[in-house]
Amino acid sequence: MSDPHSENETDLRHHVTNKVVYFTIFILLMGLTALTTGIAFVNLGIFNTPVALGIAVCKASLVILYFMHVRWSPRLTWVVILTAFSFLGVMFVMTFADYLSRGWAWPATGPWVQ
Amino acid sequence: MSEVELHGEHQHPHLQHHFEDLGQQHVTVTLGMWAFLATEILFFGGFFFAYTLYRHAYPEAWTIGAHHNNITLGTINTAVLICSSLTMAMGVYFSQLGRRKPLVNSILATIFLGLVFVIIKGVEYAEHVREGFFPGVLFTYSGPEARHVELFMVFYFGMTALHALHMLVGFGILTWLVIRAQQGWYSAEYYGPVEVVGLYWHFVDIVWIFLFPLLYLINRHG
Repeated sequence: MSDPHSENETDLRHHVTNKVVYFTIFILLMGLTALTTGIAFVNLGIFNTPVALGIAVCKASLVILYFMHVRWSPRLTWVVILTAFSFLGVMFVMTFADYLSRGWAWPATGPWVQ
Repeated sequence: MSEVELHGEHQHPHLQHHFEDLGQQHVTVTLGMWAFLATEILFFGGFFFAYTLYRHAYPEAWTIGAHHNNITLGTINTAVLICSSLTMAMGVYFSQLGRRKPLVNSILATIFLGLVFVIIKGVEYAEHVREGFFPGVLFTYSGPEARHVELFMVFYFGMTALHALHMLVGFGILTWLVIRAQQGWYSAEYYGPVEVVGLYWHFVDIVWIFLFPLLYLINRHG
């Protein structure tokens, strides 16, 4: 062993994502963009928005996993990302629990009270 | 004790003294960028939350506002930004192979596509202002739900402008990257800055991936 540190070096620095992977992800992203625009003109009832957001989540996941190399990143990176999205979830769930329940227990006014 | 004794004879010129080796340095800068992006997710998240709340309160106004937006330009811009993400990813790829010329070209292509996006966005903005959809004194739309449509446009301009601001910051960093790359700073051993700028650029792309359906694609089948 000429370099005593080589064992400590993580694989991340040496992982070169294949060009074919990048172009495949690119084509998928373009396809999903065409799909989301096209499907917006089809009446899916209450499902139009969930489908549009579902496609957006798929596109974002492809970008994060492949373009941003998270698929090959250390677990600590995964923890940071999942923590961020968890707190985003907390903000949405807790705040909506407040707004959407206004007027349930006692009379209230405002645009959120049905 | 000299630097050579601390790090061995083959210390890389871009290895900062507080890191064990280039691998540890690379993992650290990448994680640092992700920590920043985590704050960005929550920063934009606040806007996305408020958008959702008011969309829930005024669904008809959101439909009217989204129908006013130019879906063709929106779709083209989404495609342009995805192309720029590909060129950025290819920039990281070429830097990993230590190929200077293709790296520089990839970043230049990324800047070019980003500029195309911002110019198209500007054309859309001009259209909104001309049609009286800019919130405030310039807002002249007086059809149904006018006050709430104005609120939608506040979200539209706020969110797209915050996104565009991130792109302008991106142009600055990418330009710095082009200069450094031309000077031959990056190699298969050391390409952390290219990777980190790439993470930032892809994040900006992801924000748009969500903005596009939320601002352009509401009840289009109606």
